Amino acid sequence: MKRVLPPLFVAAIALGLWHAAVVLTGTKIFPSPLAVAKGLRQLPHLASYIGDSLFRVGAGYLAAVILGVPIGLALGWWAPLARAANPLIQMLRPISPLAWMPLAVIWFGVSNLAPIFLIFLASFFPVVVATMNGVRNVPPVYIQAGRNFGLSTPALMTRVIVPAVLPRILVGLRISFGVAWLVLVAAEMIAVDSGLGYLIIDARNAGKRYDLVVGGMLLIGMIGLLLDTLIRLTERLQFVRWAFND
Amino acid sequence: MKVLFRNIGMTFGNVRVLDDINLSVSEGEFVCLLGPSGCGKSTLLNIVGGFLQQTEGEVTIDGEHVTEPDPRRIFVFQERGVFPWLTVEENIGFGLFRMAESEKRARIAHYVQMVGLRGFEQSYPRELSGGMKQRLEVARALAVDPDVLYLDEPFGALDSITRLQMRRELLRIWQAEKKTILFVTHDIEESVQLADRVVVLSARPGKVRRIVDIDIPHPRDLSDPRYIALRDEIFGEIGLAHQI
Repeated sequence: MKRVLPPLFVAAIALGLWHAAVVLTGTKIFPSPLAVAKGLRQLPHLASYIGDSLFRVGAGYLAAVILGVPIGLALGWWAPLARAANPLIQMLRPISPLAWMPLAVIWFGVSNLAPIFLIFLASFFPVVVATMNGVRNVPPVYIQAGRNFGLSTPALMTRVIVPAVLPRILVGLRISFGVAWLVLVAAEMIAVDSGLGYLIIDARNAGKRYDLVVGGMLLIGMIGLLLDTLIRLTERLQFVRWAFND
Repeated sequence: MKVLFRNIGMTFGNVRVLDDINLSVSEGEFVCLLGPSGCGKSTLLNIVGGFLQQTEGEVTIDGEHVTEPDPRRIFVFQERGVFPWLTVEENIGFGLFRMAESEKRARIAHYVQMVGLRGFEQSYPRELSGGMKQRLEVARALAVDPDVLYLDEPFGALDSITRLQMRRELLRIWQAEKKTILFVTHDIEESVQLADRVVVLSARPGKVRRIVDIDIPHPRDLSDPRYIALRDEIFGEIGLAHQI
């Protein structure tokens, strides 16, 4: 209770200030919290929009994890490979996924694949880099001990390296999920006609429904918070708990 | 001779770390490598452990050249070497992956008992004290039944009371298991309490200054005049008067 009440209190104050500001300024454009809630309630396909967004982020992110973790492990383990590949990774990494939008449309056309591709790009590099740095920072005594007990390289990977980097990978996965969710709006600006990102663009274009714009923003924020909390729960799992101070 | 160092030299870049080390260790002997920080004693242990390649000379164990780590010779680090993601039991069983399950169970139980960790089988290292973690690491090493143990300042991070207890434990285990032990330390008292022979190394580049036989039977009385004489002899050898 003590951990839930203060944040709720702050949120309530923010809502109150927002409402007061709208009333006091008499704005016709910016909606009050009540108007946002009303607008969202009247929206017919809100649930399917949320579902579509979750599907796209989930698919793009999952692909990034499935490809990124093994690549990160390999780059972290074989220093020559990392030296060869790192400049390319560091060059591609700062390019905003938004810059890929025109190419995504050409390659994937009008389909779910275009936004999934953008979300994949956004989360792939953080996953690779976090995993790679994790492997590099495995304390040498663990590797030495593993070798001393006669482990082959594959066994050393599965019995020492992976368990030792798992906590860092989990932190990296959480951060990259944040990035994936962040680019959702941009990713759904193209090629699709559903989802929370689309809701925001469409509400503005079709009739300047700012109540829905703000509603979409708040939904993205709240679902993001919920998912982050869920991912954080994995830090309590027995096989990684050693690395996190309770 | 169990372990034989012949003319070992080691140079990192242009830093000369070890110079012309000659030493032979017989089976079942407890030898301390003693020297000031940075004298290359840990480097020497890493060479005989197969983790570093010397630049000159050769090391043989039972007549075989040492080229890589080998499960017949286990290295014990300070307690930071235990795997934090494994329980006490899983740590002790770590090196027993070629063993049948029932035999493995028995072996683990035996060493849990030997190092006094009964009741902590399912605990994780974070739930153990420093001394318990150190005993766990020794148990993990002993479980694969090596003939040599290398200990690199194993008790350096422990408080002085725990350290004394750990020395007694180690001597008890050494007498029960009859392993050859190479023990690196910078603690003169520790070396005289534990070893059959103390190899005194000079400051960098490390050379063998002297080898002192500790001819006192175990258990050693720390107020025995012979103990004090040997200790002071080594203090003198290193160039320190035993007073503050």
